[in-house]
Amino acid sequence: MGRWVYFVPLALFAALAGYFGVALFSGRDPRELPSALIDRPMPAFVLPGLGDGGGVTAAGLRGGVVVVNFFASWCAPCRVEHPLLLRLARQERVHVVGIAYKDRPEDSRRFLAELGDPYRGVGVDRDGRVGIDFGLYGVPETYVVDRAGHIRKRFVGALTPLVVERELLPLVRALERP
Amino acid sequence: MIIELGHFALALALFLALIQAVVPMAGASRRLVGWMEVGRSAALGQFALVALSFAALTHAYVTSDFSVANVVQNSHSAKPLLYKISGVWGNHEGSMLLWVLILALCGAAVAVFGDNLPRELRARVLSVQGMVASGFLLFILATSNPFERMIPTPGDGNGLNPVLQDPGLAFHPPFLYLGYVGSSVAFAFAVAALIEGRVDAAWARWVRPWALVSWCALTVGIALGSWWAYYTLGWGGWWFWDPVENASLLPWLSGTALIHSAIVVERRDTMKSWTILLALLTFSLALVGTFLVRSGVLSSVHAFAVDPERGVFILGLLVLAIGGSLVLYAVRAPALQGGGLFAPISREGALVFNNLLLATATATVLLGTLYPLFLDAVGGAKISVGPPFFNGTFLPLMVPLLMAMVVGPLLAWKRGDLLAALQRLWVAFGCALAVVLGGLWWAGFGPVLAVLGLGLAAWIAAGVLSEWGERVRLFRVPLRDSWRRAAGLPRAAYGMSAAHFGMAVMVAGIAGQAFEQERIESLRAGDRIALAGYELVLREVRRVPGPNFIADEAEVEVRRGGVVVDVMRPQRRLFTVQGQTTSLTAIRTGLAADLYLALGEGDPASGWTIRAYHKPIVSWIWLGALVMALGGVVSLTDRRWRVGVAARRAAAVPAAAE
Amino acid sequence: MRVFLLLFVLMAPAWAVLPDERLGDPALEARARALSRELRCVVCQNESVDDSAAPLARDIRVLLRERLAAGDDDRAAMGFLVARYGDFVLLRPPVRADTWVLWFGPFAVLLVGGVVTVLALRRRAGGVGPQKLSAEEEVRLAALLRDEEGRR
Repeated sequence: MGRWVYFVPLALFAALAGYFGVALFSGRDPRELPSALIDRPMPAFVLPGLGDGGGVTAAGLRGGVVVVNFFASWCAPCRVEHPLLLRLARQERVHVVGIAYKDRPEDSRRFLAELGDPYRGVGVDRDGRVGIDFGLYGVPETYVVDRAGHIRKRFVGALTPLVVERELLPLVRALERP
Repeated sequence: MIIELGHFALALALFLALIQAVVPMAGASRRLVGWMEVGRSAALGQFALVALSFAALTHAYVTSDFSVANVVQNSHSAKPLLYKISGVWGNHEGSMLLWVLILALCGAAVAVFGDNLPRELRARVLSVQGMVASGFLLFILATSNPFERMIPTPGDGNGLNPVLQDPGLAFHPPFLYLGYVGSSVAFAFAVAALIEGRVDAAWARWVRPWALVSWCALTVGIALGSWWAYYTLGWGGWWFWDPVENASLLPWLSGTALIHSAIVVERRDTMKSWTILLALLTFSLALVGTFLVRSGVLSSVHAFAVDPERGVFILGLLVLAIGGSLVLYAVRAPALQGGGLFAPISREGALVFNNLLLATATATVLLGTLYPLFLDAVGGAKISVGPPFFNGTFLPLMVPLLMAMVVGPLLAWKRGDLLAALQRLWVAFGCALAVVLGGLWWAGFGPVLAVLGLGLAAWIAAGVLSEWGERVRLFRVPLRDSWRRAAGLPRAAYGMSAAHFGMAVMVAGIAGQAFEQERIESLRAGDRIALAGYELVLREVRRVPGPNFIADEAEVEVRRGGVVVDVMRPQRRLFTVQGQTTSLTAIRTGLAADLYLALGEGDPASGWTIRAYHKPIVSWIWLGALVMALGGVVSLTDRRWRVGVAARRAAAVPAAAE
Repeated sequence: MRVFLLLFVLMAPAWAVLPDERLGDPALEARARALSRELRCVVCQNESVDDSAAPLARDIRVLLRERLAAGDDDRAAMGFLVARYGDFVLLRPPVRADTWVLWFGPFAVLLVGGVVTVLALRRRAGGVGPQKLSAEEEVRLAALLRDEEGRR
């Protein structure tokens, strides 16, 4: 045993360095947080609309693949990602639903009037409780929900063309297949 | 021009560091005096060049030279001079330059004050220093160059973050780096000893002052950071077990173990390979800390702007420095077999106990800090490891250590009498018991842990005084004789007593926080808060314009027994350019307690939110740390370790018997 | 010693534990504060929900108080948040198979360290003990001792 015990510190360090290497090269952002609701049912919610009638309920979204986007008029990155949502809704014919997080309805209306409305329905989450039910960290956040109403993926922060091309759209298409 | 000179000086410094790394080491193996002495000149030259480089960068900041990218990113012409200077190290590149400056300073110090060292040892130590310096200088020049120009030159800088403009924050990094980087000297001594194949009492005596200096600096640096957090963050917290805080605590714990185990090596010529390992470990932990802060692997409020390329480079440095030294250790350490034997109950035994607990504490903090990272890396869950974990594991380890702290010095070397030692501590026990009983009577059984903590502090404080009393045979010989004995005690004894006493003060301060009182109220002008015997009356809230902000300032009268004793003015500032709000806490510091006020949102109609705290003996936390560091400094002045004493005198001084 | 300090603080628009968040019942409020200290503010760098000034932290504080007021016990209230944010929101990591190393590690290190220390010290002592004398040496020793006695 004698001589080999002196190699223990080296062995421990090698393991540590190995972990550091993996952590560095995995490219993982330590701030990225996976949703706790992946593969679980979307929270049941009933939200009023923006005033022109309508509204969104979780039950009403079942049966098809839905992209749920949390946004707010006071959120700058939301403006940046908005054209992508328009593209998704109009060109790609994805069912996109919006939830206005902690926003006054008149401000949300103005936002959509100015930038365009990609949403087939908008729910107003004044106090942010539905956001908390989703495990929201902030806006914008986008969730992909399958036919059975289960959350499949969460995108934190503004969507980028790359993310939409490589991850969001392929997932939606895969889920849409019968 | 000056900037280019600074850049060039840095490159030259790298060149010198490489020479310093290779030539003296070769000279030591071949016993070539000339080659060995190259180490000294190279170290001095390296320091001069890095100092020049640092001065160049500082000059750019002071003159607000916005053609330098680093100055643009981190400074602004409107900043006060002090913060322009401290801005030099308030960013990644500049702080790395400070790092290598202190590294070069350590090398130069060994070159200048290392006269008492054998030539070969000194040469090897300087060589290792040169290797470390080469690695970091290369890192700066390759990935983190502070001297890059920005053309076209912008009109002003971006760096006016109000949070960073603070005196505590200005001084926290230099002390911290002195501690981190200073531990490289002990590291170099350890590597040199392993290469030489010899560790003896003389080695321990030579290395101890260097280990002590870096420990003192680290103690002050950590305390400054904690104090800054206290007065800055608005609710009076002072330690959060944040990954970067832990990164500074780890080398401190290991360094504490080192300065204790080195005593055993010096006195009894044993525990050698363990002490060597500790010396390697302390600097290694400092390096790991550097990696954690700058690589982006952990997210933390302290983390500098992250860049994976830098992370890879630092990881490479880690593998070379730590991996290399540990390989050397694995191969050479078995040959360092020890001398003296000792019974489990003895001074050595107590120091072994000390080291065991400190090593476990170090492992615990490391485990808690890195565990979320590990779990994530293997694809497991994302978890958080926060204060509840650390408080639950670290504190139970520290308590036995702190209790034993006053027993150990009363045990004899080789074989000690535990019962006799405990009997000599009956006064200390009595004090502790009195404090505990008094505390329980006064505060009830609610804060029982805190009361026990106060009892522990009393035990340590009284124990330190008892030990001193033992040494001078207080009350057992005439007072005059005691006085003579006291005057003749080695400084290191006073250093130890002071450091342990400082620990007691700090423990008391920490325990005292359980008795904090808090009031959060919404107040209108004329409303009052009753807090801990004080009456706080909000007189009014004024609009106060500043140079680049508009502030709401609350004027709060502090009354005690109806008499106005103070007026405190917490502020809430809106910086017009950034749109950022910061608030200024108002703190009335006292030895017995702090009164702490912070102003929140509000308006004259509905009232202003005021947060008021009464924090008993909170300043003892940092006072205690300061006393600890002073104890270390006192120890340094002990003539037995005076570096620079001529070799023949050092040989003549016998190991003092106590 | 009266040192009057005015110093800077970073603050977000909201403020930790506002007066209007507090529950009327002091026992419930105390529970809420204690639980808030165990919850991580997920949008902050290493702060608890109790300390944080972030809006989301405030929402969670209010939500927690509502659950407690509605009669949830501590576990149910915490479970409500864990169901939404995962174990990441707990500052005290749960004790599970994948955290055994974390929770039992310190104790294991202490144990292993203690054992290694004891073994290392004992091995050293074992090698350098007094050796037994052979029979012949015993006789010689006895003779020498007798001579010593005689000379005194």
